[in-house]
Amino acid sequence: MTADIPGTTVFDGACAQRGYALNRMCFSFNDAANRDAFRADEAGYMDRYGLTPDQRAAVTSRNVLQLIAAGGNIYYLAKLAGLLGLNVQDVGAQQTGLTVEAFKARLLAAATED
Amino acid sequence: MATLIGGIAVSHVPAIGRAIADHRQDEPYWKPFFDGFGPAHDWLDRMKPDVVVVLYNDHGLNFFLDKMPTFAIGAAPSYANADEGWGLPVHAPFAGAPDLSWHLIEHLVGEEFDLTTCQEMLVDHAFGVPMELLWPGRAPPPAVPVCINTVQHPLPSARRCFRLGQALGRAIEAWPVDQRVAVIATGGLSHQLDGARAGFINKSFDQLCLDKLVSDPEALTGYSTRELVELSGSQGVEVLMWIAMSGAMTGRRRRVHTHYHIPISNTAAGLLVIENETARATVPA
Repeated sequence: MTADIPGTTVFDGACAQRGYALNRMCFSFNDAANRDAFRADEAGYMDRYGLTPDQRAAVTSRNVLQLIAAGGNIYYLAKLAGLLGLNVQDVGAQQTGLTVEAFKARLLAAATED
Repeated sequence: MATLIGGIAVSHVPAIGRAIADHRQDEPYWKPFFDGFGPAHDWLDRMKPDVVVVLYNDHGLNFFLDKMPTFAIGAAPSYANADEGWGLPVHAPFAGAPDLSWHLIEHLVGEEFDLTTCQEMLVDHAFGVPMELLWPGRAPPPAVPVCINTVQHPLPSARRCFRLGQALGRAIEAWPVDQRVAVIATGGLSHQLDGARAGFINKSFDQLCLDKLVSDPEALTGYSTRELVELSGSQGVEVLMWIAMSGAMTGRRRRVHTHYHIPISNTAAGLLVIENETARATVPA
């Protein structure tokens, strides 16, 4: 990709390579038994999938922007977020630095913009 | 011969599936959205599709980044949904139409669209939620799923998706079976889940798309993928499926119904019903 779009990561080949271990772990969370295994032993589960130090730190801190910087793709990260009890408004609020209520209000306000 | 009756494009936000499961259609948040579907149901009742081709994108249920086809088509007798990891109710399996699948595969590969063919294929909320919206409480017609990669860039261009749709329309009309076929596109409209721009919605661009998809869809094929991401959001790029659906129309496009509602979850939700005018003379009695 050429020029950057502010606040936006285009998930391209570089991201796909950088984030592979993290996304592969998140993909495993389609299976309830794997979600239970992660809950029971996060560090051990991350070991099994070979997460990089950046990816481990981002998972441990539940920081979505860091997860994306570490190559996470939002469709796979959504499975981790769900496991952690976060919905897409929670995730949006965290990334934008807004409260969840303020984030939802901003979505509602988009209806009345020209 | 088959008749291509038209197309429907509709958002597939997972929260819609949850709202349906919880019977929340009449709650204030949801009612303005669900109320938009009456004319689509009326059109389907009148036009009676026997089979549908569903253009959608997988969100990490069937496909992972280990193998990511640009275009994939189902060729299975049925398509199961499964646990997507974040608590959506699992849909009952959907009936397939493998004879039509293989006809489309032959035709599309014949037109140099080199599809990945799938005799086993899980379909996610992007397939199931629109089926529930369009055929609430009853079984939808048998379907052929066509999955377009909108996960990992480079994505197929708007122009390529439009041309895929054109080839799909020709293939449907060449199907030598007396069936009524509709094309369903899912996803969009503008939304972005990730990054500091999360929550991005672009009403004016959505309105432009809703206009052009009927009046002049080729105008949308000039946008690069980067421009579509900028204008409609990282996930709003799902408008690619809508462009492909419009491309499939073989006759004059007649607008039957448009509905647009902000927000559903983080998304500007849209619904568009287009009749393929060559089919109008053949409305069943």
